[in-house]
Amino acid sequence: MKRREFLTVAAAGSAGVLLAPGGIVPAAQAVETTAPGAFALPALPFAENALEPFISARTLSFHYGKHHKTYVDNLNKFTAGTPLAKLPLEVVIKETATDAGKASVFNNSAQVWNHTFFWRSMKAGGGGQPGGNLHKQIEKAFGDFAGFKKAFVEAGLAQFGSGWVWLVSESGALKVVKTANADTPLVHGQKALLTCDVWEHAYYLDYQNRRKDFVEAFVDHLANWDFAAQQLG
Amino acid sequence: MPIKLPDLPYAYNALEPFMDEQTVRLHHDKHHAAYVNNLNAALDKHPEWHNKGLEELMANLKAVPEDIRTAVRNNAGGTWNHNLYWDLLAANAGGQPGGELLADIQKSFGDFAAFQQKFNAAAVAQFASGWGWLFIDDKGKLAIGSTPGHDNPLMSGAANISGKPLLVVDVWEHAYYLKFQNRRADFVGGFWSLINWKKVEGLYAAARG
Ligand SMILES: [Fe+2]
Ligand SMILES: [Fe+2]
Repeated sequence: MKRREFLTVAAAGSAGVLLAPGGIVPAAQAVETTAPGAFALPALPFAENALEPFISARTLSFHYGKHHKTYVDNLNKFTAGTPLAKLPLEVVIKETATDAGKASVFNNSAQVWNHTFFWRSMKAGGGGQPGGNLHKQIEKAFGDFAGFKKAFVEAGLAQFGSGWVWLVSESGALKVVKTANADTPLVHGQKALLTCDVWEHAYYLDYQNRRKDFVEAFVDHLANWDFAAQQLG
Repeated sequence: MPIKLPDLPYAYNALEPFMDEQTVRLHHDKHHAAYVNNLNAALDKHPEWHNKGLEELMANLKAVPEDIRTAVRNNAGGTWNHNLYWDLLAANAGGQPGGELLADIQKSFGDFAAFQQKFNAAAVAQFASGWGWLFIDDKGKLAIGSTPGHDNPLMSGAANISGKPLLVVDVWEHAYYLKFQNRRADFVGGFWSLINWKKVEGLYAAARG
């Protein structure tokens, strides 16, 4: 679909298509938001109970149905009637990243993107290890897969307060990085491959204060390495 | 001498139904305790700082050795903020303050309801993890604000607000997620039923000198 058509359809609020990390998601996957606007909430790529017992359906019902949806609604509210509402999500994020006066737009747009990316970073029956080039790149960067897991879990624990832990590609090499609050690798010249949300809302109903158990479960049982490999290209 | 975790001044279930027992137990015994432990672990690397009180550490963050400065900021703040938070809550509390504090609130914010509304708005608007505050600013005026992470008004020069804290609400998600999930505003609404205003009046009198 051409960019022009995207803008027309999306601006009409009918959620024709939407920009998601890594590409465009077909209309059939978009769901209604209460406040029609330029930005839509993408469908979860799995059923709410698909990630049990590692992430409960109850957690996902709030995390997707309330938190993610609220970021979308807020983004539509804060951009309504402004030129930003006509731009693709990733452009909004980049344009507002360094503008303190647009912090609300940045926070909500980046959180929309981060959460969409997080859902796609997981699948039922995930975990294990990637193959092919991604595996080679992980060995090159971290020694072996265990080295990657250790770095990823440690970064998740080291993120003070709310934030995200990521596997990214930067200047041709893989790295584990953490970002605070809504911050995202998109605005740091890094290509995101995989992420785990370490805001407390991501794990508090299932793990309470035990963030380490949650991040380990993410790596061992949920990580969607096919998605990560697609991002690496 | 290690920094200690104060006991809760009431039973774990004393704040029901506004704060449920499981939340209070985890919040005090796990989260608050972890900040105390992390602070002691950081200070162990520079024992000459171990005899300073929390207030002195927070007021002098720039002088704290660089390798532990962020850990001290986060964990002394985490320790001190939770100490104050628990201390200002009580069962069968709430209502309104009396005396000079009430008069000052009315003078500063119009009336008590307007003050509550402004405090709620600040606490709800704090993005991600943080705290909502009533404090006396450096000009001596009552003020409402919020801080990210575990920053507080005593971290002069480091935090976004500065002054003497009088009242605080924790708006990290761990403070309310088990009971209220994403509904932070509902949690902050219930918080008013737990405030021990006698203690807040005591802080106000001490700050006024
Ligand atoms: Fe989240
Ligand atoms: Fe807390």
